[in-house]
Amino acid sequence: MQDLGAVLQTALKLMLELDDSLLEIIFLSLRVSLTATLLAAMAGFLLGAVLAVWRFPGRGSFLVLLNALMGLPPVVVGLMVYLLLSRAGPLGDFGLLFTGTAMIIAQWLLVTPLIAALSQQIVADLMLEYREQLLSLGASRWTMLQTLLWEGRFSLLTVMLAGFGRAISEVGAVLIVGGNIMHHTRVMTTAIALETSKGNLTIALALGIVLIVLAFLVNAAVTFSKIYAKRLYG
Amino acid sequence: MAEAPDWRNEQACVPDGKPGIFPLRVTGVSFEVAGHYLLDDISFELGSGPLTVILGANGAGKSLLLKICHGLLSPTRGAVNWQSASKVRVRNSQAMVFQRPVLLRRSVAANIDYVLRLQGLAKPERLRRIDACLRMTGLSHLGRRGARVLSGGEQQKLALARAWAVRPEIVFLDEPTANIDPSATLFMENLIRQFSRAGTKVVLTTHDLAQAKRLADEVLFLHQGRLLEQAPAKQFFDGPENPLARAFLQGELPC
Repeated sequence: MQDLGAVLQTALKLMLELDDSLLEIIFLSLRVSLTATLLAAMAGFLLGAVLAVWRFPGRGSFLVLLNALMGLPPVVVGLMVYLLLSRAGPLGDFGLLFTGTAMIIAQWLLVTPLIAALSQQIVADLMLEYREQLLSLGASRWTMLQTLLWEGRFSLLTVMLAGFGRAISEVGAVLIVGGNIMHHTRVMTTAIALETSKGNLTIALALGIVLIVLAFLVNAAVTFSKIYAKRLYG
Repeated sequence: MAEAPDWRNEQACVPDGKPGIFPLRVTGVSFEVAGHYLLDDISFELGSGPLTVILGANGAGKSLLLKICHGLLSPTRGAVNWQSASKVRVRNSQAMVFQRPVLLRRSVAANIDYVLRLQGLAKPERLRRIDACLRMTGLSHLGRRGARVLSGGEQQKLALARAWAVRPEIVFLDEPTANIDPSATLFMENLIRQFSRAGTKVVLTTHDLAQAKRLADEVLFLHQGRLLEQAPAKQFFDGPENPLARAFLQGELPC
């Protein structure tokens, strides 16, 4: 076992040098997780808002299912996407297995229920406050949905951050559908798992620190924008 | 305190050549929650002219009645009918200001623009109306500020400006000055009078006798969900027929 101080020192050196292979892994991680989060936000916000604004038969059961899906195990999602995209699977002809797209699909499936369930709660709370006023102003259901999503934008940004956190930190799904192929589908979490299993704790730790710093920077940028906007608009 | 500007020339409530939506007929309206009648068999008719004040103690059912007239709630029994058969026409001819207005998390001007967009108005007309409404409510200098960071009085003025922007034939005001200071209250009352003089039917709820005396042309007195008296303001305040109304005016109404 290497000395922790020495490992940290080497890790920081690696980070500061930012060699090409490390940068490649960082950028792929960001590309996959940001894309998956943005796509999940589009679907999740809409789904959550529809469930908050409309009443229809089976809505309660759907909400229970959605809340349950928030805890979907990443390896199970990975396995499902693997079966869908493998040569023998229904989407095998597209040749997406072991590509960045497959990883985006897997993360999208993981993050969408989380964003949808949290958005539903936020929009439902706003609905209690705004419903009568918006009806009085002559808003249709669809206009109400759009308005409430915009009114909840600051809280929904936090929901997106939670989604991004789940996406960037998961390893099981991307490992199964991406395959952790160097220069192709290796992302930070899969690289950390691989390097740890090989005993290269220095590189694993460096990647871990970069992952934490990236998550911190993304969160800080969004949080400060949110605080500034809230000061302006209340 | 600044006088509310005269904006009679700004308003033409009833579109030219189209019949108005009045009278409003409320027939046998009751509203029941868990076996308890919050409104009980209320009937009255409102014409387009006088400023109507719905007067009553807290819990009399004033706000509930206003929401039913405005179409936000459906009565358990009875009906609310307008002269006009067109539901769209009736909806677009009304506005309501709530006791605690819900303003959107956007600028003051954008709050007014929102409702004008819903009415499908073109941008030049929207800009003209926003400018007019802000000037009339004394909020021009706050047009770009966030609506939710305004003071309570400014928020209520904005709510009134937003209601006014659509040029309604009738505006329902639910205790619009309940949460604001006396100076802002007087400013609001001046605006409300201007609305009424400009031809907009104003229906206002209050439990404030002094305010009712200052504003009302006609009074509907509500007590524990029942309409006990409808009379011209002078007649009502000089000598109400109903003993409970008399007790209310003397501050002796039992709860």
